[in-house]
Amino acid sequence: MATTYDIDLGGRDPALEAVDLSVYYGEKHAVQNVALTVPPNQVVALIGPSGCGKSTLLRCFNRMNDLIRTARIEGHVDFHGQDLYAPGIDPVEVRRRIGMVFQKPNPFPKSIYDNVAFGPRVNGMKDDLDALVESSLRSAALWEEVADRLNDSAYALSGGQQQRLCIARTLAVRPEILLMDEPASALDPIATQKIEELIYELKQQYTIVIVTHNMQQAARISDYTAFLYMGQLIEYGPTETIFTNPREERTEAYVTGRFG
Amino acid sequence: MSLTAKGSRTLKEGAIGMVLFACAAVSTLVTLGVVFVLLRETVSFFSEVSIVEFLTGTRWEPAFQDKRFGVLPLLSGSVMVATGAGVIALPVGLMTAIFLSEYAAPRVRRTLKPLLEILAGVPTVVYGYFALTFITPLLRVFMPETEIFNAAAASIVVGVMIIPTVSSLSEDALRAVPDALREGAYGLGATKLEVSTRVVVPSALSGIIASFILAISRAIGETMAVTIAAGNLPNLTANPLKSIQTMTAYIVQMSLGDTPQGTIVYKTLFAVAMTLFLITLGMNILSQWVLSRFREEYQ
Amino acid sequence: MSETRPLGSGESLFYRRRRLKGTIFQWLCGMATLVGVFALGILLIDVLVDGLGRMSWSFLTSFASRFPERAGVKAALAGSAWILGLTAAISFPISVAAAIYLEEYAPRSWVTRIIQTNIANLAGVPSVVYGILGLALFVRTLGLGRSVISGALTLSLLIMPVIIMAAQEAIRAVPRTIREAAYGLGATRWQVVSHQVLPMALPGVLTGTILALSRAVGETAPLIMVGAVGFLAFTPKGLGDQFTVLPLQIYNWIQRPQDDFRELAAAGIIVLLALLLTMNAIAIILRNRAQVRR
Repeated sequence: MATTYDIDLGGRDPALEAVDLSVYYGEKHAVQNVALTVPPNQVVALIGPSGCGKSTLLRCFNRMNDLIRTARIEGHVDFHGQDLYAPGIDPVEVRRRIGMVFQKPNPFPKSIYDNVAFGPRVNGMKDDLDALVESSLRSAALWEEVADRLNDSAYALSGGQQQRLCIARTLAVRPEILLMDEPASALDPIATQKIEELIYELKQQYTIVIVTHNMQQAARISDYTAFLYMGQLIEYGPTETIFTNPREERTEAYVTGRFG
Repeated sequence: MSLTAKGSRTLKEGAIGMVLFACAAVSTLVTLGVVFVLLRETVSFFSEVSIVEFLTGTRWEPAFQDKRFGVLPLLSGSVMVATGAGVIALPVGLMTAIFLSEYAAPRVRRTLKPLLEILAGVPTVVYGYFALTFITPLLRVFMPETEIFNAAAASIVVGVMIIPTVSSLSEDALRAVPDALREGAYGLGATKLEVSTRVVVPSALSGIIASFILAISRAIGETMAVTIAAGNLPNLTANPLKSIQTMTAYIVQMSLGDTPQGTIVYKTLFAVAMTLFLITLGMNILSQWVLSRFREEYQ
Repeated sequence: MSETRPLGSGESLFYRRRRLKGTIFQWLCGMATLVGVFALGILLIDVLVDGLGRMSWSFLTSFASRFPERAGVKAALAGSAWILGLTAAISFPISVAAAIYLEEYAPRSWVTRIIQTNIANLAGVPSVVYGILGLALFVRTLGLGRSVISGALTLSLLIMPVIIMAAQEAIRAVPRTIREAAYGLGATRWQVVSHQVLPMALPGVLTGTILALSRAVGETAPLIMVGAVGFLAFTPKGLGDQFTVLPLQIYNWIQRPQDDFRELAAAGIIVLLALLLTMNAIAIILRNRAQVRR
């Protein structure tokens, strides 16, 4: 059983709630019976050594695991009281409302403008596209740098800029929750810092769940931290507590760098 | 122990290298040979026939008393067959590629791909037979004015023949698109159709277009199927139900006959072959250019 | 941005229409894939229906004849066998040598790039053009006449680019680490190639060669142009002999209007397809064995 602390929801509903969630890849039990409550407008970090299941868990939250043939889910993930995995729920709609930023920037081979406009276009969002693109790029702290070259190829941008473009792209479909899978691990320190500042600002409007293998990053930017090990949730609570005063021995061993 | 190379070994290695180079150079010699052989007789041909008449004349009657050397009927025959084939093969081939790359389960793919490869391996005489004994009678049921030899039947079988060219090359291009791009699109709430058609296909476009060009080039160079099915009557027409003659069919017809060397009729063989060669060469170069110029670099 | 709208409400009509479009598209693509398979099926059935009646041992062992009941593919089969053997013997070593040169020996220079582009272009040249080259070079200039050797040489030129490209791919697939290890032990370039690279690449090379040869077996036009004849009452005994091949015999029979000859043509096609099927099956077995071994 995981050690879970009381999560202060501030009187609101949780943004996401994982209930007895398990993921199987074929025979392998990759995520084991995880229970996790994500409070709204907070940053939750998922940490743990390689292969502990944190990315797999993250991908449950927007049904990206559906794309893997051998993956099987048990338990459920509640979003505004509805189970994401209930029959009749369309994963396409889920993914519009719960967005994802990936580890390696993966812009489409299109222009900067078309990258950001892609999501709204396929989702039939008939808003003024120009305004939407601009506001998304502003929210991703990229507008100043690309305003005069929106028609350039996305590949002309640096790695850090491409990742912010991917964030802008995700924001353009107006999600409620942002899932980020090690968003800065492929970037240099300066670009990483920009991403971290961005996450801090985005928190005001969005709920963010971030997977990171960089403990200092988790300590810097997250409000709550969940420590996973070998598919199990070991401890979950306020970041400060997890890093300075964890209750579980394994948690302490990991955050003090004794393994992982 | 000295570190310098043994003389005999260096000699042997050098000799092997030269032999291997010579083998690779054979290919260059072949091209030079083709160009030389065609050029020699073509130049001689154009010393007797004006190139303007050749390229713009609308009657091809080299063996008649009143000789006419307009290549347009042959050219139009080839173009008509290739166009008809393309109308069939390009959409079907591309959709097949999309299905195999984006939709099909691995087991389905494993069964279907070899079948399509078999389609590519069937010899052209067999397609010609099929066109003549099955397709044409079928056409005549629905459109009785179809002639026994007609361009449509040839187009249909050549189209089927080049489906694997389009599907196999397009599929390679589609599969080369990294999954990260698909994931990014799915993550934005796109459906599979949207991911396939708005992200994957545009990303693979250069490979797909190159496959189209190559397939059409093959259709133009196709010989026996059109010789058998489309006929041997040069005819400048847009009606696919009529008998026509393609450039390749003319070359075969000439070879079956007994034409003395040195006559103008003999030289037409080379002039037509040169035309054919230049067209297919041009298309192949074009397809390679499309690939290199527009090749998408996935980060 | 807190939408408390539950999932699957309101917008669901929009999503349903998108879903529908997706399903239609998937079905269309699936149908398209089946078009090719379906066409293959009809073709095979048509040929079998027409020709099975004529299949018999005597069909395989008789020569062509004006009388349909007595006609057979003996000369054509023998000719095809000769052509196949000679073409393989000529094209295989030269092509593999060229591929080895391009992959292992050639420096990254413009000369190499020209050779490479040239080979790719040659692969796309129509077969009749090779026929003309063969006619001018082998039959006339070298004086080899309308013989089996001329035919084999011409077809060798035709399929060489195909074999070279397939062999190059197979050689390229051999991991760099193998070469590095061999060089590191002090082997010469030829030793690395002959002892490590080539053995590992061989299944892929053979597969490509067999597929190219099966294309050669089905070729008609170039052989017509170098003098293969349609009506032959003997099998080749030497390189200089006249010959005919199976596809040409089939073509010959197709030209005759009588139904009997149509059936003979279909029977000949069955024999030809059986031959090709065998060759391709061998190629596929080789390819699978190569993949298993990795």
